[in-house]
Amino acid sequence: MKALAARRRNPVVVTLLLLVALLGVGGVYAVATSAAPAEATASNDQTAIDEGKRLYLEGCSSCHGLNAEGTSNGPTLIGVGAASVHFQVATGRMPMAAPGAQAGAKPPVYTDEEVAQMAAYIASLAPGPAIPTAEQLDYSDADVAEGGVLFRINCAQCHQAAGGGGALTQGKYAPSLMDATPQEIYEAMLTGPQNMPVFGDGTLTVEDKQAVIAYIMNLQEAPSPGGISLGRLGPVAEGLFLFAGVMVIFIGLAVWIGIKAR
Amino acid sequence: MSTVEKVGGSVATYVDNRTGSNRFLARNLKKVFPDHWSFMLGEIALYSFIVVLLTGVFLTLFYKPSMVEVVYDGSYVPLKGVMMSEAYASTLDISFDVRGGLLIRQMHHWAALLFIAAMSVHMMRVFFTGAFRKPREFNWIIGVTLIALGLAAGFSGYSLPDDLLSGTGLQIARGIIQAIPIVGTWGAFLLFDGEFPGTEFISRLYGVHILLVPGLILALVTVHLMLVWVQKHTQFPGPGRTNNNVVGYPLMPIYMAKAGGFFFVVFGVITLIGGLVTVNPIWIFGPYTPDQVSAGSQPDWYIGWLDGMLRIMPNWETVLFGYTISWNIFLPAVVIPGIVFTAAALYPFLEAWATGDKRDHNLLDRPRNAPVRTGIGVMAITFYFLLFIGGGNDIIAITFDLSINSIIWFLRIAVIVGPPIAFLITKRICLGLQRRDREKLLHGYESGRILRLPHGEFIEVHEPLTPKERAVIESAVEAYHTPLPAAQKTDANGVRNKHYRRENLRAKLSHWFYGDAIVPPTYDEIEAGQAHVAHDAAIEAPLHEHDVDTTVMVPFHGGILHTEGEPATNREQLEERGGNL
Repeated sequence: MKALAARRRNPVVVTLLLLVALLGVGGVYAVATSAAPAEATASNDQTAIDEGKRLYLEGCSSCHGLNAEGTSNGPTLIGVGAASVHFQVATGRMPMAAPGAQAGAKPPVYTDEEVAQMAAYIASLAPGPAIPTAEQLDYSDADVAEGGVLFRINCAQCHQAAGGGGALTQGKYAPSLMDATPQEIYEAMLTGPQNMPVFGDGTLTVEDKQAVIAYIMNLQEAPSPGGISLGRLGPVAEGLFLFAGVMVIFIGLAVWIGIKAR
Repeated sequence: MSTVEKVGGSVATYVDNRTGSNRFLARNLKKVFPDHWSFMLGEIALYSFIVVLLTGVFLTLFYKPSMVEVVYDGSYVPLKGVMMSEAYASTLDISFDVRGGLLIRQMHHWAALLFIAAMSVHMMRVFFTGAFRKPREFNWIIGVTLIALGLAAGFSGYSLPDDLLSGTGLQIARGIIQAIPIVGTWGAFLLFDGEFPGTEFISRLYGVHILLVPGLILALVTVHLMLVWVQKHTQFPGPGRTNNNVVGYPLMPIYMAKAGGFFFVVFGVITLIGGLVTVNPIWIFGPYTPDQVSAGSQPDWYIGWLDGMLRIMPNWETVLFGYTISWNIFLPAVVIPGIVFTAAALYPFLEAWATGDKRDHNLLDRPRNAPVRTGIGVMAITFYFLLFIGGGNDIIAITFDLSINSIIWFLRIAVIVGPPIAFLITKRICLGLQRRDREKLLHGYESGRILRLPHGEFIEVHEPLTPKERAVIESAVEAYHTPLPAAQKTDANGVRNKHYRRENLRAKLSHWFYGDAIVPPTYDEIEAGQAHVAHDAAIEAPLHEHDVDTTVMVPFHGGILHTEGEPATNREQLEERGGNL
């Protein structure tokens, strides 16, 4: 120690300390920025956009237009955002199999990667709702009961209180939510697909959306404490069960009791 | 005498000395009831009502008929901390925090649904067999009243939990009350103590649901059963059964066992279903607030036809002196149900007047022998069923991928066109069956056995009817009526008939009711016909092997058995007939 203390006034020390400090700051800076080299990302994005555009021209442009400007068969996609593309394509709603009252969910046509490429292309046309981040979709801290209240106020009049879906006019419908993933629910609220209104962040904040997702997930996962749930469709299913099941049992029993002893 | 008999005897004597019960029991325990499975439909209704009463008493111990707002703090997490009425909170507590509460609640609901279903099916049985005819018209009216009370009991119970579904139902009920011209608005204010939903209605409804309506039902059920007892049960036609006797088994021990056993079977099945199948999961619907409504909101099945009528009604309104008359609600929800229930209650009198039939009827009609009545019944069921579809139109639309608008338009037309078509088809089927019965009475039944005669001709063997079948089919003779004669404008002396218009209408109705019926053969013709068939069958039938050793009848040629004492071979038969067929 003594030897070190004796040399600390040496002029070389200043230079060495300066070097260490510079290396430290530069190193931290390098580590902090090197995770996402700006140049490389930009070129990846561009590849995705180009690939997305190719897929778009192949599969979507006949209805939505060569430049996504829309035609008489389909609306413009400029500004609908990546969230909308992901919701519509990943759930198989787009491309539509046939014109109809509404595009229904079906097995998706494109892979996840292709969906992401198309989403990148559409998002590159104009700003729009982005695909929700993992943080936004994390509903683990959300209040289920609060979500229930929000669900009954905002969603139940079309999707039914149990999330089983409901009919709208002229063959349109609100689909069942029993198979919906948190991401799909979030994107649907954000973009208002088909006949659904948009629930932007001003209407339902991110926390509200998480609460609604938590409630729907609870509906999906919750066991049925009363026994067989009959699809949770309400009195119509109950009445059907009553006549097709219970009354048939009883008439059978009555016939059995009424048979003459031989 | 055994000890049991001694003790039983002394107890019976002790009670008899004070109440005179022995004579009553001796007379009534022997009472004979006829046997048929369809006579047990009313029993299902009675027993499910008993289950409703028993489970209902349990529910009153825990249910709080109060609209006071509370914060839920029970064990159902998805509603924790939500503001709700005490009525809804206590129903959640019954479902989740009271031991066995959910089972009892579901039993109560299923039994209530079953009660009305069994009453409806029982009513159909009574209608189609003509059991409502003299002297049982009053009991029919009591039955119709019981169904109406059943609807009231059910709907008031549906509304008590104060969940989103029951509140929506009440909202519609209020709309219906408001749609009654002139008094509607004030009536709604009176019932709800001001604006909807108010703070009073649940507690008011509670009294109706647990006291008023069940009390009335219990009283009317008692009268209903007493009348059955006094008037004796009707029976289907059969051997030895006439209009003046009852063929069956005594109450003790046969019906005590059958009916008692059936009660436990009904109770058991309801318990099983209450434990296994969810009904009205109120926890999913959430508490009622007037600004919320769920898609797929439906009433319970028995209100479905009324809801269906509301749903398919075109949107007609008239504004008169600044007041709106809502025909779109008033007609389907008040006027038409009123007409339906009034017509149902008065039907026995209408039919008796139109047919001029003043006799007592203790023997039931076979539905085919009253084609117009059967047609009217099927017409009513068709009407009801179409409206029932209307009540679930949204569920049907989403389940079968249909447009709800198309369903509504289909039903608007079908509900007017469908019932008359159903009437015509039913009547034609009945008349066809009558013709077949007539054939059977005159020519026996076709045995399906084709016989080749020695000279090559093929004939089908007809067999005589069994005594039981013949007794059943012969009832057509008694059931047949000729229509009333046409009314005369003037009598033989040229005096004007003052009642011409009424008599004319009556004669026309009578003609409509009876005019097309197939004239059954007379008893003499039947006797001759059956004897002829028996004779022919005896001659033609036994052309098959006969196992002499065992003297057992052997199936041959289409499974017909040979009876002893009749010719066993073609040769014998030919000889019997003098070689001539």
